[in-house]
This record gives sequence, structure tokens and C-alpha cells, in this order.
Amino acid sequence: MRAPSSREAALGEVLLAVENVSLSFGGVNALTGVSFDIRKGEIRAIIGPNGAGKTSMLNVVNGFYQPQSGRITFKGQVRTSMRPHAAAEGGIARTFQNLALFRGMTTLDNILAGRALKMRRGFFWQLIRHGPALKEEVEHRRRVEEIIDFLEIAAIRKIPVGRLPYGLQKRVELGRALAMEPDLLLLDEPMAGMNLEEKEDMSRFIIDVNQQYGTTIALIEHDMGVVMDLSDRVVVLDYGRKIADATPGEVKRDKNVIRAYLGEPHGTSV
Amino acid sequence: MLSTDLGLDTLPKLLIHNAAALGDRPAMRHKDLGIWQAWTWAQMLEEVRAFSVGLAEIGLKRGDKFTIVGSNRPRLYWAMCAGQALGAVPVPVYADAVADEMAFVLAHAEVTLAVVEDQEQVDKIIAVADRLPYLAQVVYDEPRGLKDYDHSRMIAFEDVRSIGRKKLASDPECLRQWEAGVAAGKGSDLSVILYTSGTTGRSKGVMLTYENTIISARNANAFDRLDQNEEVIAYLPLAWVGDYIFSYVQAYVAGYCVNCPETAETVVQDRREIGTTYAFAPPRVYENVLTLTTVRMADASAFKRKVFDFFIAFAGRWGEKILDGEKVPLTVRLLYGIGNLFVYGPLMNQFGLSRIRVAYTAGEAIGPEIFRFWRGIGLNLKQLYGQTEASVYITAQPDGDIRADAVGNASPDVEIKISDSGEVMFRSPGVFAGYYKDPEKTAEVLTPDGWVHTGDAGFFDPKSGQLRIIDRAKDVGHLKDGTVFAPKYIENKLKFYPNIREAVALGAGHDSVCAMINIDLTAVGSWAERNNVVYASYQELAANPRVYDMIARHIDEVNRSLADEEVMAGAQIHRFLILHKELDADDGELTRTQKLRRGHIIDRYSPLVEAFYNGSTEAQIATEVTFEDGHKGVIAARVAIRDMKPYPARAAKMERAA
Repeated sequence: MRAPSSREAALGEVLLAVENVSLSFGGVNALTGVSFDIRKGEIRAIIGPNGAGKTSMLNVVNGFYQPQSGRITFKGQVRTSMRPHAAAEGGIARTFQNLALFRGMTTLDNILAGRALKMRRGFFWQLIRHGPALKEEVEHRRRVEEIIDFLEIAAIRKIPVGRLPYGLQKRVELGRALAMEPDLLLLDEPMAGMNLEEKEDMSRFIIDVNQQYGTTIALIEHDMGVVMDLSDRVVVLDYGRKIADATPGEVKRDKNVIRAYLGEPHGTSV
Repeated sequence: MLSTDLGLDTLPKLLIHNAAALGDRPAMRHKDLGIWQAWTWAQMLEEVRAFSVGLAEIGLKRGDKFTIVGSNRPRLYWAMCAGQALGAVPVPVYADAVADEMAFVLAHAEVTLAVVEDQEQVDKIIAVADRLPYLAQVVYDEPRGLKDYDHSRMIAFEDVRSIGRKKLASDPECLRQWEAGVAAGKGSDLSVILYTSGTTGRSKGVMLTYENTIISARNANAFDRLDQNEEVIAYLPLAWVGDYIFSYVQAYVAGYCVNCPETAETVVQDRREIGTTYAFAPPRVYENVLTLTTVRMADASAFKRKVFDFFIAFAGRWGEKILDGEKVPLTVRLLYGIGNLFVYGPLMNQFGLSRIRVAYTAGEAIGPEIFRFWRGIGLNLKQLYGQTEASVYITAQPDGDIRADAVGNASPDVEIKISDSGEVMFRSPGVFAGYYKDPEKTAEVLTPDGWVHTGDAGFFDPKSGQLRIIDRAKDVGHLKDGTVFAPKYIENKLKFYPNIREAVALGAGHDSVCAMINIDLTAVGSWAERNNVVYASYQELAANPRVYDMIARHIDEVNRSLADEEVMAGAQIHRFLILHKELDADDGELTRTQKLRRGHIIDRYSPLVEAFYNGSTEAQIATEVTFEDGHKGVIAARVAIRDMKPYPARAAKMERAA
């Protein structure tokens, strides 16, 4: 009877590898020759100062952006770029920095929407809502209810998400991503705008998702405390380049990282 | 009536009896994954038996103490009965108790096994494990987050149950032995130890036998004609005697169904879905619902507000008479019917009270306005007066004889007397067997001939014959000039205003009465919104001069009503302040059942108390606070003090005139 002292992640094979990816918008280089990998079962953090290219990196991974050069290997399949639908079907789900929920729909419906790709019966079957379609809906609803239970949002099940406080909306968005039963979950600043208590709750949910469902997680986060506590390995970006890639402890001591965050001292040559 | 048969003198025996007599009727429901799951009495027996045998296999024996910690879930109720079937004694602990409080109870009761809800409770136990030498096993219900914990002394509920099931399946002797174990239990056996939160000092373990609780439950069921058709919702703390009697013992005796809500936040919704018929709640619950309604109505359109106000006022005048079956004019009955259609009915439905036959309030005094409101719209709300030491019931109001200011006549089989010092004393079959490992305290409270000192000052109202409680006997003090000062009496008057959440009256040994106020953030927050008062925190709102004005008006009204009462006229409030933080159980200012811990508050806010009596108009205060996660911080503030003008004692004047 003892709480585990540290997270012993069973790190598996490489789930996703990014090699030499470069992305530019006109003359702006958002990413320059970035390479890193995400292993099965780990919590991987991507950090960096503002404008370092973190969100661009996530967008490349799930196919929102097409990089000009480089390769992406996901589940052994090599591509020059991802396509959003291929990413979703392949088991990549994400949440957004600025929430992207259906504000007029209830929590339940929002999460159910995350099951869209799993629906096997067509539109007309759903319309009839009988026999196999009904059976399927019951199954989807059960999965959604498990997520509602997991995220402790039963009390807001039937409330339109537009009326919920921000912290809860974030949780609903996580719920919708989980409804896809993803292999890889991308979280873009899951703690942004939250107070300490909400951050602690969210951290617990992220750890639980990782442990209970074995979901691989890649997250972008500004709160260093959270990153250091949660993640197994950290990639640090600065001006679109990778400047470090190591465990949280090592990254904290890395000279390049400190320089990127704190700036360079004036009047001295490096 | 069930279970009046001789021999059903323990709860496990009642369970076996009910499984045979009421086999297919629902015994318990729990909303899980959005759907109500039900267990019949027969299924519940199977669950309890399997878990019980499993507990025996992992080492629970007759006479052992075991704890139950968590929210109202069927499995935790089953665990109580499962342990009792083995002759072990449950010691439930409040789920929101901090680790330190938990450690005290578990160590004091020499608990050897804990059945807890989830990781949160497991973590608390681990944090204080070195202070719990007797604790050998922790059984948890919800496995989430516990996968990587060291399981050498920890086991999942399901695993214990399957150990039990396997044993029952493989060993034909096992069932017979288990039933023999149940049969060996006697009514005079210790059935539970309930630690009272205690407004002073450490909590005490109240020992109750099966007879105590079962006879009390049987009397209560007969008094309100409760039978197997009742539906109740279990949402009050498991460690509170009220929930133990009401959601467990009374249910087993009557055979009614207990419903466990999905989460603490969904109780109202869940109650509405079930349509409960019998309810038991502290006044706070009725108050909160009324405050919520008032706040929402303030935001409604002018027309709706007018209709609402009209019918509520109408209900206030006639509703109680109709409820009590008195004769009223036909037009009144007609108008009340219309009101019921448009206002009362929907309101009751909204809060899941449409099917309620009997609703009780207990634990604290309830505001007469709140009481009248609920009764007016047709809720059969009654008061009862009880204590853990009495297995709840001391007095209760019978249907049709309800008063806001009294708590009723003696319950069946209960004798009551008022001691010379004005303290209420009682004697009944529910009288506890003593405080666990505390004969001194027991002797202070329990007389050799079976009378119990309640610690409450009260008297029988000459008009109605019902008992009236004034205050805790030890809290009733005197001002310097000898005027009687009953702080709770004054505080209750203050708390009846929706804007005031909590109040602390001071004055014993001083010249005059002063009061510290906690505003109600919901009510005052809504007022602030409507009046364009901007605030960022409780502290800021509390310090707002306009809020002070509002509270001053309330206090003025209280003073006027105190002036009308002969005894209390001298105890009018001379000065008040609004506290910069909410009183909180985590800071030791309230008990877990939300009662004031007066002594502690006076110590903690001594600079404010001093300022009250040295004439200052403001005072600096810094208090340490404990956040929910256990972190500590300091809140500092300058708190303003306002003077009030007391009224001349009117009652006294009239006397002189006469």
C-alpha cells in the first residue's frame, strides 16, 4: 500500500517519427529541419517560447499543414505529409488552443460527435434509428457515458457547452477527443487559462488517460511545472528549430533552453 | 408491518429476511453511466454475502472495527452490512475529512480494515499510514489511478467479492457457516460507532447497538407510516447518524428502496427522476433551494415575477391551512388549485419533490419564512429533534400539528424532561451504549438511570406543548449586566436572511452584543450583478459599503424583533462587521456538519473581537487558510465595523403600561 514514487512509463516502439520537416509561409520559416519521434505509451511535451512553432508542429502531425520538405512516419507508414482525414482515421485526435466545440450542443452531443468516425451505419439507417442502427447508437452512447464518468462531468451532461465555464469546456473537448479512442492524442495547451485547481484536475485526467487507456499523448504547454511533472520526454523548439530533446530533468539544465527562455545577457559574447 | 417478528434483531438478519419476503422488490438503485441500475433485495443479499465472505477470507473477524469512507454508493452500504454479518463493527468516516481527522478516528477506533471509495481516500490513508498501526488492509471500490500502487496491503472491491463468490461456490459448508455467523449476532451487540463532529475538541465515538437503531427505526417508520413503497435518495454523509438510520436501518426495517445519486452535483436531477417520497435534510438544503429560486425569479420577466409573487404570498396565507386539512373558503381552494397548476406544482417538480409524503428538517433551526414557504406550496415539511446519542429520534412533529418555532412532541418510547438548569434530557430505547474508550465523557452525558444530557437548553412551549430549543446549554451566557445571551438564537434570526450565510454573535461577559457576518455569495452576488456592483472576490464584495448598508438593514430588523421579546430585548446587536473570508470546515471554523466552532472562531479572530469592544471603526486581520489541496496561505484584510442603534425594549414597556 504505497503510492508510486515516480511514473515508470513502459516506453514502446516508435509510434510517430518526424524527420527533417520544414514548413514556411511565404518568407517566414515556421519550422526548419525538425526531427523527433513519439514512442508508444509516452507523454511527450513540445515546449518553446511564443512563436517557436509548437502549434505548427502539431498541425503538421495531424495534417492541417503540408510541410515543404521532410517525412512523417506514422505506424510504420512513411508519408511526405499527413492528410487530416488520414490522421483521424489512423487514430490521431486533438484538442485546440482556442476551443473548437459546438457551443449550442450539449456536453453529451459534443462528445458523441467525436464518435462520428466510428459510426458504421449510414445516414438513412441513423434516420430510421431501428435494429442495427439503434444497437450501434446504444454502444456509442455507452462509450460516451464511460468518458463522461471518467472525466467527472455527469452533472453537465445535458447542458449546452456554451454555458459552461472555460475549464469545463476544456474538459469536454478532451472528452470529444477521447471519444475517437485515439492511439495518439495531441493536446494544444490543455491548461491555458485555468486556475491552479483546474490545472491539477486536468493533469490528473491526462495521466489517467495515459495509464488507463494506454493512449500516447503529445502536448504543448506553457506551464513549466505541469510539463516537468507530466511528461516523459520533452522537445524544445525555438524559432522553428529543435534546440533540445531530452527528459524533463535534462531539459531544465540545458544551456540552450535557458538561453531561449531567458534571453542572452547583454554585453557579453557567447 | 414487516420485521416486527421476533428474532430480526440485527441488520444482516433483516437483509436475509427481506431477500426472502420481498425478493423481487428493488432494494437499491444507483445511477451509473447515466442509467439507473437496480438491485432487488435478493440480489443485494447475494452481493453482501459474497463480499462478506470475501472480507472474512482477507482477515476480518468478529469484534474487529472497520471503516467506510466515500460518497453514497451501494457498495459502501453493502460493505457495512457485509462486515456486520461477520460481527465486525463499521466506523464510517466523513469523506471530506482531512487526513489528520481521519487518522485520529481510525487510530482511536483501532480500525483494522478500510473500505474506501477511490484514490483520493487511499492517498489520505497512505499519508497517515504510520499513525495507523492496526490497519492491515484497504479495499477500494474505484480502481482508477490505483494501478501502479503497491498492492501488498490493498485490494479491489471486486476482487474481494470474487474471492467470496469462489469460496461460496467451492465450499458447500461456507454458506451454512456464514448464516450461522449471522444468526449468532444479537440485538444487544455493538452495531456501529459513529464519530460525532463535536463543536469542541476531538470527536467522540458514539456506540450504538442493533437494538438502539432498529427499535428507533421501527418507531419512526410506524410514526410516519413508512412501508416498502417508499423511495428515498441517499445523499447525506455516510458517517452521519441521520444517513445511517434513514438510508440504511429504516430502509432495512421497512423494506423500502434507497437510491444513490450519480454524483453529489446531480442530486436534484436524480431525485426528480426517482420521485422520492420521504426526505430528510438539514435546513441548509431547503434554504439553498429557496435562495436559488428567489435569485432565478429576480431575473425573470416582470409578468412572471408578478404571478410568482402573488401566488407565493397567497400560499403563505392559505397553503398551510389546506395542507393541515383545515376548512377554507371554496374560492381560496380554487385559487390555490390554479396556483398549484402554474407555480407550486412546477416548482415542486423542478426540485423533485412532487411525490414527497413526508419531509423532515433537523440538525439546526429552520427560518420561519423558509419553513412557511415550503409548507405553503404543499410540502409536508416537519421538524424533528435528534442526536447521534439517541439514534436520531428525540422529538418529531406529527402530521397536522406543525410549528416553525418548535421541534415537536416526544417520539414514541422517548421520555423527555427539562433539568433544573434548563437542559433538555431524554431517555429512550435508542440511548447509546457509551462513547468508545471514553468512560469519563460517557459518565458526563449518560446518567446511571439511563437519562442523557443533550447539552441543549430548551423548554416546553406552554401553548403547543411542543419542545422548543433555544441554544446549546453551554453557549447560553450573560452580558455584563446579567441579560441572558443566547448566541445561536440571534444567529439563526440573522441567517434567515438569504443574504447572510453564516453569523457569529458575541457578547458573553461583555457590555453588548456584536456580530460577525458571512454574506451568501450566490444571493449577494446576484444582487451585485443587478445593481452594477463590480467585485473580483468574496473579500472585495464583503467589504463593499453598499453590502454593509444592506446587511445593516437586516440587522436593524433583527434588533426590532428582538426588542419585541421580553427576555432577548437586551441582547440586541450593537456593532457588526462582515468577515473577509467564508467560514470553512477546512480551517476548523465549522464542523463537518457545518456548525460553528465558536471557541475556535473567537480565538482566531481575536483582533476583531477586541476591536468590537474598544470602539475602533476598523481592524486589521490576517488569517491562515487551508486550500482544498492542503496548501496553506494567509488572507489579510482591513475589516470595517459598523455601529447599530438598538431599539427600546417594547415588551418591557408594555408591561409597565399595563
